[in-house]
Amino acid sequence: MSDPHGATVSPSTSTSPQPSSPPGVVTVTRPAVRDPVNYLNVDYSWKSWLLTVDHKRIGILYLLSITFFFVIGGAAAVAFRLELMTPKADLFESETYNKLFTMHGVVMIFFFLIPSIPAVLGNFLVPLMVGARDMAFPKLNLASWYLFMIGGLTAVWTMLIGGVDTGWTFYTPYSSTYSNTYVMATAVAVFITGFSSILTGLNIIVTVHKLRAPGMHWFRMPLFIWSHYAASLIMILGTPVLAVTILLVAIERGLGIGIFDPKLGGDPILFQHLFWFYSHPAVYIMILPSFGVISEIIAAFSRNRVFGYRFVAFASLGIAVLGFLVWGHHMFVSGQSAYAGMVFSILSLLIAVPSAIKVFNWTATLYRGRLRFDTPLLYALGFIGLFTIGGLTGLFLALLAIDVHVHDTYFIVAHFHYIMVGGAVMGYLGGLHYWWPKMTGRLYPEGWARLSAILVFVGFNLTFFPQFVLGYLGMPRRYHIYPPEWQTLNVMSSAGASILGVAYLFPITYLIWSLKFGPRASANPWDATGLEWQVPSPPTTHNFAVTPHVTEDAYAYPDSALVGDAH
Amino acid sequence: MDNAEFQLFPDAASTVASRVDALFLFMTALTIFFTVAIAGAILYLGIRYRRGANVNRAQYSPPLWLELSWLLTPVPVVIFVFIWSSQLFLEMQRPPKDAMEIRVVAKQWMWKLQHPSGRREIDELHVPTGRAVRMTMISEDVIHSFYVPAFRIKQDVLPGRYTTTWFEADTPGTYHLFCAEYCGTNHSRMKGRVVVQTPSEYEEWLGGGRRDQSPVVAGAALYEQFRCGSCHAQTVTPLRAPPLEGIYGRSVKLANGATVTADDSYLRESITRPAAKVVAGFQPIMPVFEGQISEEGLSDLLAYLKSLGTADGVTADGSGGAAEGGSREGAKP
Repeated sequence: MSDPHGATVSPSTSTSPQPSSPPGVVTVTRPAVRDPVNYLNVDYSWKSWLLTVDHKRIGILYLLSITFFFVIGGAAAVAFRLELMTPKADLFESETYNKLFTMHGVVMIFFFLIPSIPAVLGNFLVPLMVGARDMAFPKLNLASWYLFMIGGLTAVWTMLIGGVDTGWTFYTPYSSTYSNTYVMATAVAVFITGFSSILTGLNIIVTVHKLRAPGMHWFRMPLFIWSHYAASLIMILGTPVLAVTILLVAIERGLGIGIFDPKLGGDPILFQHLFWFYSHPAVYIMILPSFGVISEIIAAFSRNRVFGYRFVAFASLGIAVLGFLVWGHHMFVSGQSAYAGMVFSILSLLIAVPSAIKVFNWTATLYRGRLRFDTPLLYALGFIGLFTIGGLTGLFLALLAIDVHVHDTYFIVAHFHYIMVGGAVMGYLGGLHYWWPKMTGRLYPEGWARLSAILVFVGFNLTFFPQFVLGYLGMPRRYHIYPPEWQTLNVMSSAGASILGVAYLFPITYLIWSLKFGPRASANPWDATGLEWQVPSPPTTHNFAVTPHVTEDAYAYPDSALVGDAH
Repeated sequence: MDNAEFQLFPDAASTVASRVDALFLFMTALTIFFTVAIAGAILYLGIRYRRGANVNRAQYSPPLWLELSWLLTPVPVVIFVFIWSSQLFLEMQRPPKDAMEIRVVAKQWMWKLQHPSGRREIDELHVPTGRAVRMTMISEDVIHSFYVPAFRIKQDVLPGRYTTTWFEADTPGTYHLFCAEYCGTNHSRMKGRVVVQTPSEYEEWLGGGRRDQSPVVAGAALYEQFRCGSCHAQTVTPLRAPPLEGIYGRSVKLANGATVTADDSYLRESITRPAAKVVAGFQPIMPVFEGQISEEGLSDLLAYLKSLGTADGVTADGSGGAAEGGSREGAKP
């Protein structure tokens, strides 16, 4: 394969290890000099974006799309947190309230969290990290973005014509028989988007197997790759089950054939088994890639090898496998047999083992490191704390005797937001900041970024910690009105949500600002290891002018005791 | 409770509540311990190994025993809490044999409850202290969930199938009753209150109000109305349908070779969709009663069938209230 832009890549840039020069001075002189050709400036036409097969451009397309969906899902959350400031119904009818939390769940899970890290950072980085020129199937990669957009826009259209009120879990027979809202249209949207997820997972798996550069053997791969590999296995094995389930709901709703509704001879519990067979592993689709990001950030900002590399790598696979065996813990009070409940309980508890391995090893990676508390590390350390709380409260829910009380209350809402927002979103934001210079060739304003990282952490805890208390007090989830004695805690939660909402607007603003005004980034502004830092920022369309040969393990930072302290 | 006072911990009003709380508090302590340990380690390492600090940063390869100890640390902890929780859960799942039975029919968006004596309530449940109460529940439409936080119990209520839960209240007072499974527009309004009374107050309450027919009497009337006896009575020759005396709780051999226990859900299905599970030796000739008898009516019929005796020769319903007025031949051993 000939590389039309290969000549413009100077080999010296790909090996320059010096840290970024103090930014600011450089920008003044730059306009006179033509930028080297990179994947962004190679072609500005619409067509070159909409028909691109470059994994990096597809990653950017995903970045823009999921940001759009994140804003929609976030707006819904702001609306219902406002409503919950008082125990009575003030702003909305119950019907509208129910549509809002459904919209929040559907959009955030299917159109933001599941694609977030794998489709944006994964798309951008997997080929770069393994030393490949693109994904294994570039056209399939573009097709997956189109499927995602068709699904996403269908979902948005559904909301505009009236919305859906089943909750993102679509429990039958409410969804299949009783709801008068746009269940079918939403189901079609989720069904289509599922295929986008399957194709992305397939692409990542084949890329990791077939396109690794010479010398990049399995145990030299960055942990980001390991965790994406594990998540991709879940995407291709789990998502088809969701598609089948949606199809069955559609058959019952559309044709009146009894599958889930007992009035038609069906079994409503069957739906829950099928749904959670996908949707529990889907939690790991959201969190595993985030684990990978955290491993990269902690290694880079403590300039240290990841402690217990192989244990961390295998923990990802262990979580992916165990994740398929625990769906029944969503059904402890559904009427499932007590003994089935006990099996699911112990299997769910055992997920603590690989999770603990990760947390302990990340923390230990700081040992004898050289720590730079830049924005990505702030997000990563925040992640460890929040994920620890999220994971440990997961143990409460895996314990049958406690789950009977807290199931379907705000306790579980708090728990999964600690995992999904405290974990997955913190990881996504940390990763976005860490690789932003690589993706855009620009540095963001560090002060603003640190401030918003801290605001996100504070706002998050204020929003969701009171919900643990509310849940144990007994406040059921999806409640539009609630007993007045719980107002104080709800007001705290809503106040936190307003901080969190503002904190999210900061990165959106200064990251866009940095595209024009941010100082230019060198190839390796963090002085990090990894093949992605050995190509220019932004990279050229074909990533590597010369196929790299890997001779070292991942995170081969020089022994810090031997080098002087540069600061 | 009715007052709007700020709370951090829920009321406890059942015999299991404090035992669930003990496990919860143990887990909370465990969570605080690990969170503080991790956060402390991060803070300590973060300060000690900050850039510029003069410390030993020589490369360190973790020994295998360290990784293995991290791998194995959580295992005894989770096994310990698993055993603790599962024992408690099994107790919470198994009602005592002499529990008083309250029948619940849930629908969008109300709770309909009936005491053994026949007294009915809507969105309100009176129960005595010191007496085990079993709830046998079914839904008319979508899935609901019967939840009383002060009792620490919750059980989904399904359409087409009975589920049960039980509790023994120990503190008089008024407590929240919620629907915990999202069930449509007015989900958050599908709530009520549980009034826990002393046994004497409860008896007094039971005696007051409108006199409803006992479920057994109502069931016997339905049995007559639908002429069930024209096939099911033991006196019919040749036998066209399985006799129902002592059916409740018995093992039944089906035409397809399987064996099922004649519990509430099986008997209900055999009335509404008789062809689903045909008893061995009989033809599927019974008409379908799906949609012809209300959920309460089915419940009454089951109460009547139960009053005809159970497999082990005693009535499953240990309450005295159900006895009044019902035809209970063969009820006593």
